[in-house]
Amino acid sequence: MWARAVLLGHRSWMGWHRGFTSKTDPQGSGRVTAEVIEHLERLALVDFGSQEAVARLEKAIAFADRLRAVDTDGVEPMESVLEDRCLYLRSDNVVEGNCVEELLQNAHRVVEEYFVAPPGNISLPKQDEQPFSHN
Amino acid sequence: MAAPMLRGCCLGRCWALACIDSGSRHGRGAATGFTSSGKRGQSFVAQQPLLTAQKSRKGEHKWAAVVGLEIHAQIASNSKLFSGSQVHFAAPPNSLVSFFDASLPGTLPVLNRRCVEAAVMTGLALNCHINKKSLFDRKHYFYADLPAGYQITQQRLPIAVNGSLAYSVSVGKKWRQVITKTVRIKQIQLEQDSGKSLHDELQSQTLIDLNRAGVGLLEVVLEPDMSCGEEAATAVRELQLILQALGTSQANMAEGQLRVDANISVHHPGEPLGVRTEVKNLNSARFLARAIDYEIQRQINELENGCEILNETRSFDYKLGCTVPMRDKEGKQDYRFMPEPNLPPLLLYDTASLPAGADPQQVINIDRIREQLPELPSKTREKLIQQYGILPEHSFALLNEVGLLEFFQNVIKETRAEPKKVTSWVLNIFLGFLKQRNLAVNESPVTPSVLAELLNLLDRKVISSAAAKQVFEELWRSKGKTPSQIVSERKLELMQDEEALERVCHTVMEGHPQVVMDMKRGNPRAINKLIGLVRKVTHNRADPTVIKEILEKQLSS
Repeated sequence: MWARAVLLGHRSWMGWHRGFTSKTDPQGSGRVTAEVIEHLERLALVDFGSQEAVARLEKAIAFADRLRAVDTDGVEPMESVLEDRCLYLRSDNVVEGNCVEELLQNAHRVVEEYFVAPPGNISLPKQDEQPFSHN
Repeated sequence: MAAPMLRGCCLGRCWALACIDSGSRHGRGAATGFTSSGKRGQSFVAQQPLLTAQKSRKGEHKWAAVVGLEIHAQIASNSKLFSGSQVHFAAPPNSLVSFFDASLPGTLPVLNRRCVEAAVMTGLALNCHINKKSLFDRKHYFYADLPAGYQITQQRLPIAVNGSLAYSVSVGKKWRQVITKTVRIKQIQLEQDSGKSLHDELQSQTLIDLNRAGVGLLEVVLEPDMSCGEEAATAVRELQLILQALGTSQANMAEGQLRVDANISVHHPGEPLGVRTEVKNLNSARFLARAIDYEIQRQINELENGCEILNETRSFDYKLGCTVPMRDKEGKQDYRFMPEPNLPPLLLYDTASLPAGADPQQVINIDRIREQLPELPSKTREKLIQQYGILPEHSFALLNEVGLLEFFQNVIKETRAEPKKVTSWVLNIFLGFLKQRNLAVNESPVTPSVLAELLNLLDRKVISSAAAKQVFEELWRSKGKTPSQIVSERKLELMQDEEALERVCHTVMEGHPQVVMDMKRGNPRAINKLIGLVRKVTHNRADPTVIKEILEKQLSS
């Protein structure tokens, strides 16, 4: 089942991408199923909101798939556009911090000088509980 | 004497896990404790084996446990891994937090040179291959103490790989043979620490302190080459000592500078590995072995009862002494690793590849760092054994307490007494006094010179061993007095007049003819009685061995 394959959590970014498109879409119809959308919403906390958003995603995947037309055999993948840049090394000195009041201004709620969060992660409601169905 | 090695063959004991009485529910962990780098440590005392070999009721099927570890060590640096805010334990909440640490938009990570050096040093000390090019990635998950929603780590290409860590276990109680075991190191990577959550159950909320968020961590991944809690605990202890010797981490578990997660599974030898569970929250040296052994036992029990092991994450409950499933961990996490777009690859050089005219502040030379590596604990122990002829277990004990080695070496410098004598005094008497009063070496009222002077008196046979102990007690209580002063004040000098002693012996023998008869008949206790009487008469100022010689001589004449 491709959905389970996606949910197994491919570790490698490249592997995930390749795995995603080939495993989600064995027939090449370009559809992204509801299970995958739900999984993405849970992972990234984005709300796909409408069928149009899903369609847009499918188009984006199809667009990116055109990369496969390029023969990359024997070519080292580029990790980042910065790969030729020098990574700057900072000296180990304390030059920042000590701005608790400023930081806490951003917080909705504070207790003494702590940020306040709910007791744990609040799970997204399951798909059948949601008002909008992605079908 | 306390030693970080384990009495009793770990191999034998771990195989003892094999024939376990399946009816036993709770594994009572071997309470192994080892001194943390903080001054209040517990002596590392090896206890009796956790699970003795018993015939399993359900048959003789042997089990083998497989334990791997993921160890996070906080890097000892002034500032954090990617920002310039301070690294410090115990500061007012959120006072050591920069805009980047709080993940405010528009901020970027800037790598701390000291953290990279620390990683390279640690990698070299652990025989790793240092990757001249390593990469940073983002590991995404949501939790309130991770403001960015991702942690910057090194998943694809870490800074160091394929190393090894050697640790020692002693075999058998009588033989005192030391065997070295090795655990492979899969990799060492640099990553960010998260903030701290304080759970307020009453108000149903969590308080977040980001002081720790962004602090540099070294994650050391140990392959599953260990087979029981004690092996794991010993390996962790050795890693702790190495990190402390290098200065790359204070590795104090009590202060959260060293955190251990264990991956544990069991299987029948020869069969494929079993399903593993991850046990988190092993933050206490004392309970590390206990928790791992509990989990091993739990898995064995489950499997023998026909249940399956879930691939889950569990936590160790210190109060109950057992592992429990962790809440808030829904199935398998998908971390959506991606390259960190704001950081180019990290390039390291050696002397051969160093670019000409490069800014020394901006390049890191692995060879240079290798040359400057301090002496590692294993080397120090070797030298002690060779130089002073002490036993391996004593060399472990000397390194096991902060400041003890230095104390020992200072005493040796100033005394003529034999190293074996010094070792015995330092490890038994001196350390015993410290432990009783819960003091660190640097809090001792007795300085190395004072102890050296006392040992000199003992060595010159000015005082007896028993008297020396008395003097030591006095030295501990009243500062400012020298051993010689105490000896003369309390008249503890050994009688030097042999003739007078002979007369006393003779008198005592005359006064106790019955005991003398017993002695002649060969009763070994008779002579001790006579020795005791002579000592009483001489107010303990005569050496018992000398008394014994004189008595025996007089008896035979």
